[in-house]
Amino acid sequence: MTDVVAGTVHDRRGGVLRRISDTLFRHPHLLLALLLAPPLLWLGIVYLGSLLALLVQSFFSIDEFSGMVKREFTLSTYAELFNLANIDVILRSLLMAVAVTLAAALIAFPIAYYAARYARGRWKALFYLAVMLPLWSSYLVRVYAWKLILAKEGIITWLAGKLYLTWLLDAILAIPVIGGPSLSISYIGTFLVFLYVWLPYMILPTQAALERVPANLLEASADLGAMPRQTFWTVIFPLALPGLIAGSIFTFSLTLGDYIIPQIVGTSSYFLGQVVYTLQGTAGNIPLAAAFTVVPIVIMGIYLTIAKRMGAFDAL
Amino acid sequence: MRSDHGQPAPRALSLAAIAGLLFLHVPLLLIFLYAFTTEEKSYQFPPPGLTLKWFGAVWERQDIWNALWLSVKVATIATAIALVLGTCAAAAVARARFFGRDYISLLFILPIALPGIITGISLRSAFNIMNFDFSFWTIVLGHATFCIVVVYNNALARFRRTSGSLIEASMDLGADGFQTFRYVVLPNIRSALLAGGMLAFALSFDEVIVTTFTAGQQATLPIWMLTELIRPRQRPVTNVVAIFVIAVTFLPILFAYYLTRDGDHVAGSGK
Repeated sequence: MTDVVAGTVHDRRGGVLRRISDTLFRHPHLLLALLLAPPLLWLGIVYLGSLLALLVQSFFSIDEFSGMVKREFTLSTYAELFNLANIDVILRSLLMAVAVTLAAALIAFPIAYYAARYARGRWKALFYLAVMLPLWSSYLVRVYAWKLILAKEGIITWLAGKLYLTWLLDAILAIPVIGGPSLSISYIGTFLVFLYVWLPYMILPTQAALERVPANLLEASADLGAMPRQTFWTVIFPLALPGLIAGSIFTFSLTLGDYIIPQIVGTSSYFLGQVVYTLQGTAGNIPLAAAFTVVPIVIMGIYLTIAKRMGAFDAL
Repeated sequence: MRSDHGQPAPRALSLAAIAGLLFLHVPLLLIFLYAFTTEEKSYQFPPPGLTLKWFGAVWERQDIWNALWLSVKVATIATAIALVLGTCAAAAVARARFFGRDYISLLFILPIALPGIITGISLRSAFNIMNFDFSFWTIVLGHATFCIVVVYNNALARFRRTSGSLIEASMDLGADGFQTFRYVVLPNIRSALLAGGMLAFALSFDEVIVTTFTAGQQATLPIWMLTELIRPRQRPVTNVVAIFVIAVTFLPILFAYYLTRDGDHVAGSGK
């Protein structure tokens, strides 16, 4: 900064740059437009444009005989979504997303709370990195790690054997619906991997929200005679809620659309993402695939609207 | 926020926090163990024996090197695009209040708030409609789209705590807009940009869902891994690559953390 000496600036750079700069300074809206144009054009054309193209295709249908896409407006593809099998897929994905989100909130809260209120200095940094590292380390590697853990000959079976708990593992696997031949071929397995992979997304915003709770608010609460439990439920928790909701946007949405985790660890029954993937790939039914993607878009649209009202965006 | 005057944390809370952290880290440690196993066919635990031969096997696999090189190229270019677009967007949103500002910030978050499969399939069908051939550039296009938000978030946080009076002072002293940007704004946001850039790089380096839709025959490293997970040829080779991937992403995170640690995440920095 020191090399910009007031007097020399004018002499060195009269000319075009100065004039452009002056114009922009006098017309802040022009500057704003210039700044916003490139990112908006990119996201508007590449991203929103593609989304719209997809949306349009959901109103087309597929010719049953030729397998070609008929480019005529119809709602019949949407009607197909209400087939029993398709409703089943949607409900299964929704239930999984809800279960994963609730469990993630439950596990994330103590970690976030400890990091925000008790961890200091070096410990705080360590906590932060301990959460960030799994978040940014490879998604596939983490899914794969669980394949190793949950496999029939893997570490959990071994551990259960060593602790004489094989009967317990067998009992869990025998539970109808959520059990299966091994943990890596069951809903329990799918749930665990989802929970593991998205958990950091819940911890970080929750911790951020908790850190913003002013200390004097807690002191005031105590001065007014509130028990720690009361302070928690009436002061801390409501203030942490936007953080939890911000985190849930990710855990919920990511679970809803993922197709790799249920493919690698899970039963043979499909989740939303897998159906979309199969429909657009091997089946070549783009209209139905498009109609399927509208489901999470609508759900997330509602979710984001509610989240925004509850102030979750400020906690992102 | 201050701790409760140095009171220790309740025992149950500490235990829950430690258990949570163990849950996050033990699986990653296991990957390390499995990279040395002599057992090739199954996931047997504990490994019957330990060996270093898989590291040599990886070194000699040309397909892995090709995938790695493609991933690095894609991530570099996507990060560069994201840096420019994300900074512009953050500068605009941080400085001014204007009509539709909330919607614009929503638009920037959308590519990561909506499931990746939606971004992927929309891009794929758009490329199909426009008769784009799937290539290196279609992958970059997809990656840059969701990397923008990482840079945007980091830059926005820094812009918010950079005082506007600095810029006014610079203008008062006679600097024009470009000089102010170069000598005042840029030094202030540089480390946040570097952090955002590195996180964007890590994100792109690791992205698999959008890539499966936007790549033709090209295999990035995650795509290579996915193929190996579904149809394994040599399981322990995958484990070694996994360790390598963890190492590659670990360093940028560490570095990004040190660049932004004092300031952007300070207690009470929120509004």
